[in-house]
Amino acid sequence: MPFISNTDKERKEMLTAIGVGKFEDLLANIPKKFLLKEDCCLDEPYSELEITRKISELAANNISTDHANSFLGGGIYDHFIPAAVDHIILRPEFHSAYTPYQAEVSQGTLQYIYEYQTMICELTGMEISNAGMYDGASAAAEAILMATRKTKNFKAIIAGTLNPNYLEVIKSYTEGVGIELVVVPARNGLVDLDALKKAVDDNTGCVLLQTPNFFGNIEDAFSIEEITHSSKKALLIVAVDPISLAVMNSPAEYKADIVMGEGQALGNAQNFGGPLFGFLASNITLGRSMPGRIVGATLDADGKKAYCLTLQAREQHIRRAKATSNICSNEALCNLAATVYMSLMGKEGLKEVAVQSTTKAHYLADEINKLDGFSLAFGVAFFKEFAVKTPVPAEEIIFKLKEKNIFPGIDLKPFGYDNMLLVAVTEKKRKCDLDELVNALQEFSR
Amino acid sequence: MAKTIFEKHSEGRKGYTLPTNDVEISMNKCIPEKFQRKEEIKLPDVSELDVMRHFLELSHMNHCIEKGFYPLGSCTMKYNPKINETLVRNDGFNNLHPLQDEDTVQGALEILFELQKDLAEISGFAGVTLQPVAGAHGEFTGLKIMKAYHDHKGNSHKKKIILPDSAHGTNPASVTLVGYEMVEIKSNEKGLVDIEDLKAHVNDETAGFMLTNPNTLGLFESQVETISEIIHSVDGLMYMDGANFNAIMGLVKPGENGFDIMHFNLHKTFATPHGGGGPGAGPIGVREDLIKFLPVPMIGKKDDKYFLDYTHEKTSFGKVHSFFGNFAVNVRAYIYLKMLGPKGLRRVAENAVINANYIQKKLENYYDIPFKDSFCMHEFVASGNWQKEKYGIKTIDIAKRILDKGFHAPTIYFPLIVHEAMMIEPTETESKETLDEFINAMIEIAKECEENPELLHNAPMTTPVRRVDDTLAVRQLNVKFEW
Repeated sequence: MPFISNTDKERKEMLTAIGVGKFEDLLANIPKKFLLKEDCCLDEPYSELEITRKISELAANNISTDHANSFLGGGIYDHFIPAAVDHIILRPEFHSAYTPYQAEVSQGTLQYIYEYQTMICELTGMEISNAGMYDGASAAAEAILMATRKTKNFKAIIAGTLNPNYLEVIKSYTEGVGIELVVVPARNGLVDLDALKKAVDDNTGCVLLQTPNFFGNIEDAFSIEEITHSSKKALLIVAVDPISLAVMNSPAEYKADIVMGEGQALGNAQNFGGPLFGFLASNITLGRSMPGRIVGATLDADGKKAYCLTLQAREQHIRRAKATSNICSNEALCNLAATVYMSLMGKEGLKEVAVQSTTKAHYLADEINKLDGFSLAFGVAFFKEFAVKTPVPAEEIIFKLKEKNIFPGIDLKPFGYDNMLLVAVTEKKRKCDLDELVNALQEFSR
Repeated sequence: MAKTIFEKHSEGRKGYTLPTNDVEISMNKCIPEKFQRKEEIKLPDVSELDVMRHFLELSHMNHCIEKGFYPLGSCTMKYNPKINETLVRNDGFNNLHPLQDEDTVQGALEILFELQKDLAEISGFAGVTLQPVAGAHGEFTGLKIMKAYHDHKGNSHKKKIILPDSAHGTNPASVTLVGYEMVEIKSNEKGLVDIEDLKAHVNDETAGFMLTNPNTLGLFESQVETISEIIHSVDGLMYMDGANFNAIMGLVKPGENGFDIMHFNLHKTFATPHGGGGPGAGPIGVREDLIKFLPVPMIGKKDDKYFLDYTHEKTSFGKVHSFFGNFAVNVRAYIYLKMLGPKGLRRVAENAVINANYIQKKLENYYDIPFKDSFCMHEFVASGNWQKEKYGIKTIDIAKRILDKGFHAPTIYFPLIVHEAMMIEPTETESKETLDEFINAMIEIAKECEENPELLHNAPMTTPVRRVDDTLAVRQLNVKFEW
């Protein structure tokens, strides 16, 4: 039998030691009629060779972004991942270790989480980071729960330029627990500041802003901070692309209270959208309201430096129904990949990734803008992603370019924007890749 | 202790290479000065070799399955085949963007479709969503489905979820997260749901019942049919926490025995390594009439083509993940099920149960085992009561001494209803020799309690660090390195 060590002989010895004649005797507590009379209807077992063939066949029915010219983003980005990242996360000591509850045999995991927390704090300018959430969307939802719990103001204002997938998940998390969501509309690809001013009042618990926003545009976080903090208690939550932080304001520069985002871009593959990981950091005063695990430095019995999970009184295994979150398993190994990635890239490497992504995106935007019938949708500052108005429905462009293995971007029609394409660029693109897209779009020019 | 990566910083050192930028545009033209970062980010400058040595050094301070046994109750720390790791790293999976055109991801969709089908088959449910990415995320999703069901029926008076006092902490936390109130009922002297206490707490406000089966004492809840009748009589729904599904797969289908909703833990039962805390996946199975409330998209199939199915978008309660859940974890579960086949599936559960009963039997004279009168399923709970009463040795001391013997500790102080609890789950992948070694170590420790209690008070002594002071960690909070 695959993956089972004991032989039939050993199994028999064990049953004898237990004091039963056959396995079924151990099931005395299960009502007889529950026990299945027939095997489950599954495929007959594949050997390792057979499953390898089967998986190769299935994978061959996909077209990977490495075999296409992809400009897809919308929260998931195809950044370069150095080979060393995978070598480290495949170490069994990280890969098959349990959650680090037994600190004495989990120092490796605990220390890298501590280093991860430090790096997230460095990027965001915050003072405390947790050990990670499921993805950017759930981190956004948990940040709202955290802010409303802390302020006891249950009105949450959300910029209409937020990634719509995040908004959907936020709705799932906030519906039914007495949180009122107010979505402030977008105007020309940015949150409408006048509408935001009207929406913020002394009952506001938080304002959630994304910058660069879903369209890739850079929001005026400084003005939004002023509006947010003009109310008595409201906290400013900012969703950021971690790569952008190498070149754009640290959220501390505009006095954000909570910073979160999707971490996949830091050393994790796209993997068809999962696993991802969310990061969440804040000012220290909010630390005790934070969801998820946190690692702290401490000492062992000999007075040597050591690490352990800390502020555990917030968590479900201690506080049960009163916990700050129900989260238990998170995406630890993805956080490790991010830690290794940030270590390898260092400050210069991360900056280089951000600069190349930005400048290449701007080159591409300029070139597309020159095509008849195409124009930049908003004409405002953006980071590595931008929206383009197209002369024909975006769907048509996506459909036709598929034949050339070009994925030109995301159709924004489902989000209420007809004839609009969202185009993302990373450092992986060469000038010739960008030109290839421009040439291909020419066909639709009018 | 190892130095931090930050202490290995050497200005200007590099651990990466990138192509030269072949586009010439100045950053000032791209990002207005106001929005440019003022203070440089601080990340360490280290070489690739520095990085490899650093993380290898850290890795040596971890326990892991390949190093030794993990008798962690309710965590199902089985060995996971390496073929998963090789196959999931296929370029055709790793480098897929979730918003690619469906025609370019047919292989990925086929895997998800097949996995939905296989999980439904082995659990006896009509529909499965793969969107939740962890067990607790699955609980949240399941309870949202429950809520959607009651909203749909106009059951606005339904506010309470009942669960037994042996439940995992995530259960009550999930109840709060969806805005329900928790009602905790007692377990009886056999470690099972106390039916009288249940009856006393069930009323018109009951929205549903959450039950782990087998429960956290490792006992099959034999009265599940009665419980289900009681809950259904007030139009409540039965939720099964599938954390312990490893014990019964191929033997029993929960969907055919009174449960309406269930989550699976793919990282426990279906061969995704635990990863030091994730990623996992927590798919949900439901009965036929609840499918319409599941998160969208589901994966559908029509005329040999797979597609993202938004058919029931209007009745769905919403989304719980940015995209379709943890695809790479789902691929591993798919491979594992294909390799097990119908007989292998059953064999997993059988050996998990035999291994647990074997340890329970061998330790019964050395430790207090409160429910030893019945056979356990995949795990059992022992108690350090005897050691505490006779020698003043606590379960935490025993657990730390187990680390000295080269094993991970069991789950301790849980379930809450057993004093000084040690919850032991060996899983099916462990051999008899390993179990015997563990049993001998446990017997040795029982003797040490009597003969040399200092060994226990001082444990662990052979681990990378000695006993860690977690109260100090809270008192002098230090959650990031200053450099």
